[in-house]
Amino acid sequence: MKEKTQVADVDRAFYDFRYDEDEKNFLDSGITPDIIREISAEKGDPEWMTEFRLHSLDVYSRLKMPQWGPDISGLDMDRIVAYLRPQKRMQSDWNSVPDDIRETFEKLGIPQAERESLAGVGAQYDSELVYHNVRKEVAESGVVYTDLESAMHDEHYAELIKTHFMKLVPPTDHKFAALHGAVWSGGSFVYVPAGVRLDIPLQSYFRLNARGAGQFEHTLIIVEENAYLHFIEGCSAPKYYEASLHAGCVELYVGKNSTLRYSTIENWSKNMYNLNTKRATVAEGGKVEWVSGSFGSHVSYLYPMSILNGRGARAEFTGITFAGEGQNLDTGAKIVHNAPETSSYMNTRSISKSGGISTFRSSVVVNENAVGSKSAVSCESLMLDSISRSDTIPAMVIKTDKADVGHEARIGRISDEAVFYLMSRGLDENSAKALIVSGFAENVSKELPLEYAAEMNNLINIEMKGSIG
Amino acid sequence: MSELLKISGLRVGAEDKEILHGVDLTINEGETHVIMGPNGAGKSTLGAAIMGSPEYSITGGSLIFGGEDITAETPDKRAKRGIFLSFQNPVEIPGITLSSFLRSAYEQVTGERIKLFAFKKKLQEAMEILQMNPEYADRELNVGFSGGEKKKAEILQLLVLRPKLAILDETDSGLDVDAVKTVSAGIKAYREQTGGSLLIITHNTKILEALTVDRTHIIADGRIAAEGGAELIDEVTANGFDKYVSGGSL
Repeated sequence: MKEKTQVADVDRAFYDFRYDEDEKNFLDSGITPDIIREISAEKGDPEWMTEFRLHSLDVYSRLKMPQWGPDISGLDMDRIVAYLRPQKRMQSDWNSVPDDIRETFEKLGIPQAERESLAGVGAQYDSELVYHNVRKEVAESGVVYTDLESAMHDEHYAELIKTHFMKLVPPTDHKFAALHGAVWSGGSFVYVPAGVRLDIPLQSYFRLNARGAGQFEHTLIIVEENAYLHFIEGCSAPKYYEASLHAGCVELYVGKNSTLRYSTIENWSKNMYNLNTKRATVAEGGKVEWVSGSFGSHVSYLYPMSILNGRGARAEFTGITFAGEGQNLDTGAKIVHNAPETSSYMNTRSISKSGGISTFRSSVVVNENAVGSKSAVSCESLMLDSISRSDTIPAMVIKTDKADVGHEARIGRISDEAVFYLMSRGLDENSAKALIVSGFAENVSKELPLEYAAEMNNLINIEMKGSIG
Repeated sequence: MSELLKISGLRVGAEDKEILHGVDLTINEGETHVIMGPNGAGKSTLGAAIMGSPEYSITGGSLIFGGEDITAETPDKRAKRGIFLSFQNPVEIPGITLSSFLRSAYEQVTGERIKLFAFKKKLQEAMEILQMNPEYADRELNVGFSGGEKKKAEILQLLVLRPKLAILDETDSGLDVDAVKTVSAGIKAYREQTGGSLLIITHNTKILEALTVDRTHIIADGRIAAEGGAELIDEVTANGFDKYVSGGSL
């Protein structure tokens, strides 16, 4: 008998704890000008922001739903609650955070990670940040790490936010960018002054606890010249049967000769529509490094974009996507070479199993002025059974013949021969498969922050256990 | 000497086609057996079936190892009992080093933990016998190895895992003269260090020069066509397999 490899589902039980939310904290569902005004008033927006929100709503109502990717017809926008009133204002001491919320983050290991390995932490629960703190020495170096709401009201940063907020990702970009512009709440503002190199990372953790809600956090990071920052973003949510929506937005400004590393581990529950937009602009000699792990959500559209605007600017994208039963994860990256001698490298792995669909979608544009630029794209897919699906959709637009562009794609199934080889050395079937899968992911997982790489290996191992009937 | 592996009336097929039509073969502890035969006769199938390859199904007969029926056992259980197969085409496994893979294999087959330092020492000793560049320990398992290095890596695993029965499936094929000598020295070391049994599937007598062969089996058309001592090797080397092949040439 020929044995076919079969792997079980990700055990997400770990993330599925949840607390009851207080109904009175919900604003009405649906998105109308009145709701927008209410959110804006609730948040104490400056006037320009209220106008910005209403303008975005107008754009939103005129744009069509995307027609080119995974099906999102299960998302009923009239039923999504855009904003939840926080129980309490943001704190900088975990002990002042409401008990149930603090317990949530403790279970996720955030305060512990903060003590051990982070320069600063932000924690968002539903719509608003509940905790934000940076180490004293980090604050003294001039690094600002706070929520966007506070920064908007701070005389030092108000103007900076006004001139950068949704300038990289304008509301007209697509329907969910417009929605984000209208209802955004929470997220982070990071400012790294010229010459400051932060050796330890900052981390934001986003947790959507409420059912049928949306999370629309905005992350704005400005790194000045000759600076370094590693920013880590983690996301999770417990499982509900109603659809939830995540339409966050990340805007990164990387200054001359600076490096910004942006790591994300997304482990939303499988009722989540993850329609997130991330974009970076990189100045001369600067570099953006994206590390992206997509494990959760029901549907994802996620393609972090790097615009290389200065001579010699670089972008690296390292991504891994794991699509299990009921998941359709459409992920990839976009790179625009917009200056001479720029370079980009994309390296991704995707795994699909139990009928999951993973699609790698990439776009590389090399403009006429980007002479002497280089781009390499490498994507590999592994399907763990015959009912899963994997697609690769690379696009390239090269407008100069003075560029070096390469693309490499490989799609394969887990090989029974490899499983037999490992089993003949004493590994049981599950361990053999786990080893093949984690080996396949190794090039990418070693780029993840240590605790996330360990978590990913655990996920793979847990998943392989007890999966054979 | 006591019986290690007893194969009785073994019938093996793949995709509804029977390849082995009832094979009987017994290997005692400490014996070295050689299997020869024309291409496509079923030699590799026999080796794979003893290891429990999912590519083949056993449709009749039995495999008794150390007195226990292993006919239906999975390959990992057989490995734990002390059966080892050196693959003709070892599989490349990206993302794990030869060293860390072999350490977990060692822990699986022996059922005991081994400290990293102790393991490295063991590995280093075995690599010296095979004249392997120590760098290979930290390379991804078989990935980008030359044909010869892959075969050496198989014998390296044999030396570290110390099975009771080692099946070598054309370990000498595609090797140059020097590499055959090195691999052959590795096999000899396995015999001397463990006293384990060998089942060597080969076309080539060079690999046997350093070994004492107890039994030779000629497989043709999925059956044992002839058996004898070491002298049978010389006989088929001189005269070929023609007289064992029924129904004319292939």
